[in-house]
Amino acid sequence: MNTAMVEARGVRKSFGSTEILKGIDLRVERGSVTCLIGPSGSGKTTFLRCINHLEKVDAGRLYVDEQLVGYAERNGRLYEMKERQTARSRLTAGMVFQRFNLFPHMTVLENIVEAPVHVLGRPRSEVTAEAQTLLDRVGLGNRGHSYPQELSGGQQQRIAIARALAMKPKLMLFDEPTSALDPELVGEVLDVMKSLAEAGMTMVVVTHELGFARQVSDQVVFMDQGVVVESGPPAEVLGSPHHERTQAFLSKVL
Amino acid sequence: MQQQHIIPDAGQITPAAPGDSIPVVPLKHPLRLAIAVVLILVALSAAWDVAVNKRYHWDVVASYLFAPQITTGAGLTILLTVVSMSVGIALGTVLAIMRLSANPIVSTISRGYIWFFRGTPLLVQLIFWYNIAALYPVIAFGLPFGGPSLVLGSANVLITPLGAALLGLSLNEAAYMAEIIRGGIGSVDKGQYDAARALGMNGSQLMRRVILPQAMRVVLPPTGNQVISMLKGTALVSVLAISDLLYSAQIIYANNYQTIPLLIVASLWYLLMTTILSFFQTKLERRYGRGFDAAPRRTRRSKTRTIR
Repeated sequence: MNTAMVEARGVRKSFGSTEILKGIDLRVERGSVTCLIGPSGSGKTTFLRCINHLEKVDAGRLYVDEQLVGYAERNGRLYEMKERQTARSRLTAGMVFQRFNLFPHMTVLENIVEAPVHVLGRPRSEVTAEAQTLLDRVGLGNRGHSYPQELSGGQQQRIAIARALAMKPKLMLFDEPTSALDPELVGEVLDVMKSLAEAGMTMVVVTHELGFARQVSDQVVFMDQGVVVESGPPAEVLGSPHHERTQAFLSKVL
Repeated sequence: MQQQHIIPDAGQITPAAPGDSIPVVPLKHPLRLAIAVVLILVALSAAWDVAVNKRYHWDVVASYLFAPQITTGAGLTILLTVVSMSVGIALGTVLAIMRLSANPIVSTISRGYIWFFRGTPLLVQLIFWYNIAALYPVIAFGLPFGGPSLVLGSANVLITPLGAALLGLSLNEAAYMAEIIRGGIGSVDKGQYDAARALGMNGSQLMRRVILPQAMRVVLPPTGNQVISMLKGTALVSVLAISDLLYSAQIIYANNYQTIPLLIVASLWYLLMTTILSFFQTKLERRYGRGFDAAPRRTRRSKTRTIR
């Protein structure tokens, strides 16, 4: 079997009368790293949020791990999913946000343990041990009892990655994970993401870090104005882009 | 933007570093000092006057301060406050969530409730509940439009004055609490919803585990206000002939004509109770402020620093 982890066919999304996604076609292979790049307003983040059903897809089909996102298909009709089913289906993917979104009223350890215990109903002691391992993995083994606000941005983002991993997702979504960080803190987060990629995690990363995209990704997707302009291996898209919009964007960013 | 919250040792901010010893003359505030002295004198003379003025009848105050009617009255005042406030907060939370609901009927009902109970005087509501038997002589559970029903009994018997007081205070309080809690929920960062949903939480888990605990921080200070104003607001139920603190004092001075001393007795009890409540409010605020600002912990640490 070689089915894609994420498969989008003509995905459309509008907010009010503005169409943000104008038919996205995209395939993310299992175990691969895909970087979505493009100017702001191009729809990268919206598309990423659609994968996790944080936004509802208006038209087209979006499959994650062979499951249609947000709808059930029966007898040639699409039935909108109930909230509980949607919540279940979100467990396939873990998500990391630009502004970390750690729960400020919980300690680092409580942040990580929260969902495995209260959503999956797993025993707290078992999850806590795993959480400690995850913290060690992101290099913050000694910060379990700190509150998020006591940590630097880079540390918070690494905790957010650990929190998402604690749910044992098959796919990790990163929404500009380093854009809110001071420049000297970007490296530590990218290092964690690199090690995750090396461990074989399927990742979709919205990013402006072209160095990371070139080095780590298997596929780079350039989006502009709600469409995929160009996609392919990083050397191709970043090194010798065919499309002039890609060329224009890269010349501005590099 | 994210900030680093590592604050340097507060003790380091000294006017001159050791080694370069330029003497520093602190700025003097003569006017500030003069005003302080005048105010202290005024306060002292007022206190002195209150203490020696025979017409306050401090002896009467002292003899009634722990009178059984008064302490029972204070107990009833506490009961009214605790029950009404608890029901008010619970119902207020439900109303707040209803108000934020995507279902327009649900949110309109909540809005209408709040509009009605905030828009009419509490005193009127209390008297209304007290006289509910005039509208509904019999209380029964049943199906609408004349279906079968289970009669519980006469409204006059079921709605006692205390019942009417609790109903009136709770339902009125719920309207105010709903608005306070709605404000609290609105203050929570939208990213928290995304994060909780992405972790697979459903609506109620999201509310209970993530949003409400954070809303508490914003909800608590105005709620403290509400509790204190409720404690004093219970004095209104004296119109329903319920022997709360104020009504008990009124009964006594109706007999012995010592109006002022007994009002002082009641006031002292109200003051004591609000003081205790404020103390607990501070504690709770600290509890729910955890993780938002490390202020409480730092203050404690810096105190020891200045002592050293």
